[in-house]
Amino acid sequence: MTRNDIARLAAERPDFAAIAAWIPKGAAVLDLGCGDGSLLRYLKETRAVRGYGVEINDLDIVSCIANGVNVIQNDLESGLSDFEDGSFDFVILSQTLQATRHTEALIREMLRVGREGIVSFPNFGYWKNRLNVLLGNMPVSSELPYQWFDTPNVHLCTLHDFETFCRDHHVTVLERRVMSGEREVSLLPNLLGSTAVYRFQRGL
Amino acid sequence: MNASNSIGIVSAKRAQFDTPLIFRSGAVLPRYELVYETYGKLNSDKSNAILICHALSGHHHVAGYYAGEPGNIGWWDNMVGPGKPINTNKFFVIGLNNLGGCHGSTGPSSIDPETVQPYGANFPVITVEDWVESQARLADLLGIRQFAAVIGGSLGGMQALQWSLTFPERVRHVLAIAAAPHLTAQNIAFNDVARSAILGDPDFHGGNFYQHNVVPTRGLRLARMLGHITYLSDDAMADKFGRELRDGKFNYNYNIEFEIESYLRYQGDKFAAYFDANTYLLMTKALDYFDPAHHFGGDLNQAFACAKADFLVVSFTTDWRFSPERAREIVRPLLHNRRNVSYAEITSTHGHDSFLMEQPHYFDVVRAYLDNVSRECGK
Repeated sequence: MTRNDIARLAAERPDFAAIAAWIPKGAAVLDLGCGDGSLLRYLKETRAVRGYGVEINDLDIVSCIANGVNVIQNDLESGLSDFEDGSFDFVILSQTLQATRHTEALIREMLRVGREGIVSFPNFGYWKNRLNVLLGNMPVSSELPYQWFDTPNVHLCTLHDFETFCRDHHVTVLERRVMSGEREVSLLPNLLGSTAVYRFQRGL
Repeated sequence: MNASNSIGIVSAKRAQFDTPLIFRSGAVLPRYELVYETYGKLNSDKSNAILICHALSGHHHVAGYYAGEPGNIGWWDNMVGPGKPINTNKFFVIGLNNLGGCHGSTGPSSIDPETVQPYGANFPVITVEDWVESQARLADLLGIRQFAAVIGGSLGGMQALQWSLTFPERVRHVLAIAAAPHLTAQNIAFNDVARSAILGDPDFHGGNFYQHNVVPTRGLRLARMLGHITYLSDDAMADKFGRELRDGKFNYNYNIEFEIESYLRYQGDKFAAYFDANTYLLMTKALDYFDPAHHFGGDLNQAFACAKADFLVVSFTTDWRFSPERAREIVRPLLHNRRNVSYAEITSTHGHDSFLMEQPHYFDVVRAYLDNVSRECGK
């Protein structure tokens, strides 16, 4: 991966840079639904992490291997039984939360396997999404690129929803970053942020 | 065969070893020969060598064909060759016939120089560890300190895994395909039935049938028929044969009626005509004994603690002999020991035999992995 590739990825996926900023050098990282392995490769290059990905899609498995990233072909929904308790510093679910069916069980598994969890997801409460629904259509955007009939997203949520979920499930949010494109959002994040990234751990 | 990307004409070589080999069982083989083939060029720092380990009925003729025998194509020719996933333009690839085999390496049908008779029943029972030891001596002879990769399917995958445990410094990558960390009781049971068929054949003569000028064809044939059932999936058999009848009607007798019977008997006869019964017994025992955790109180995590290689583990969805669940038993101790490991589960209808078949996802995975391995190799 060249310096240009890293810069391009950081621009295309602002959540990558946000995630990387939380991860110390040499950390052990598990990336769930790792796609073609871009995030893991980015973290390998920028943070020298010891990383593994979990992915189910055949083409993505080949891409991960070509990217020089460790990948385990498995269905996230069937749990993380291959991974031991506390075997990772961070377990990441990047832009995948909204497409998981057994979301509660998966968050629980993330915090069994990892010391901390990191999730990023498109904020359904973003004003453009709200406007779309208000005007009578399901939102379609760069963060939500699917039509209602072909979307893999079954559990879309807003920032508020996710934070309520965490409170109800004894999950402690450690840090949150909200973005609109590459820009950090601090004012009215549930309205003005298109993407959210959370770092959390098991509640005491 | 696609002639444009075959390695072309190949020939077998023979290596003689005069240092006694001490087997796990304690038996000693004073001297032995291994027959092998090589494809591609060994680079100047000898860092691009790949060892291919064969399965139960395999041998050294992995790729290409012999002069004057264009139909005699290597058993993994679809995988190994110029531009193929195991790319002979980049790697120096070695295939050998394992010790105890019946394709040219010293085995039960070879003449024991001490007695000037075939070894027969006197050939020592061999383990995967013994094979790895003998393969390392071949590597020494070829001047290979460290393999870029050791690759095998099924029993070959077990040898590849064992390489990372016996010689952690001598292998950078292990590709274990359609393999398992040990056989299950069901697997051992299948092997025992196969062995019983051979041992119970009156022509077996306690393993010394050579002197009687007979071959325990019936036993060997039954053993292969049973094995073959377990290598295919239920679905593959249903697709290929279903309940097809040879004559289109029931004949109410015990001759071949269903197509599957015809196929199995054909496979059994073909195999019994060339394979050595003693080798079959040895191979199945090597499978049964393989269990790296055995020396660590059953703890596979401890068994793999010494491994230094990176791993690619591949399984096939319809393989019920070495199922995906068994492959994940290999992956887990590797994760525990923080090895670099990738695992691909290939959707395939061909059962255990899938590892021999050309399938896009499978070949793409192996190609992508080995392309990266070739980039690490020196000049």
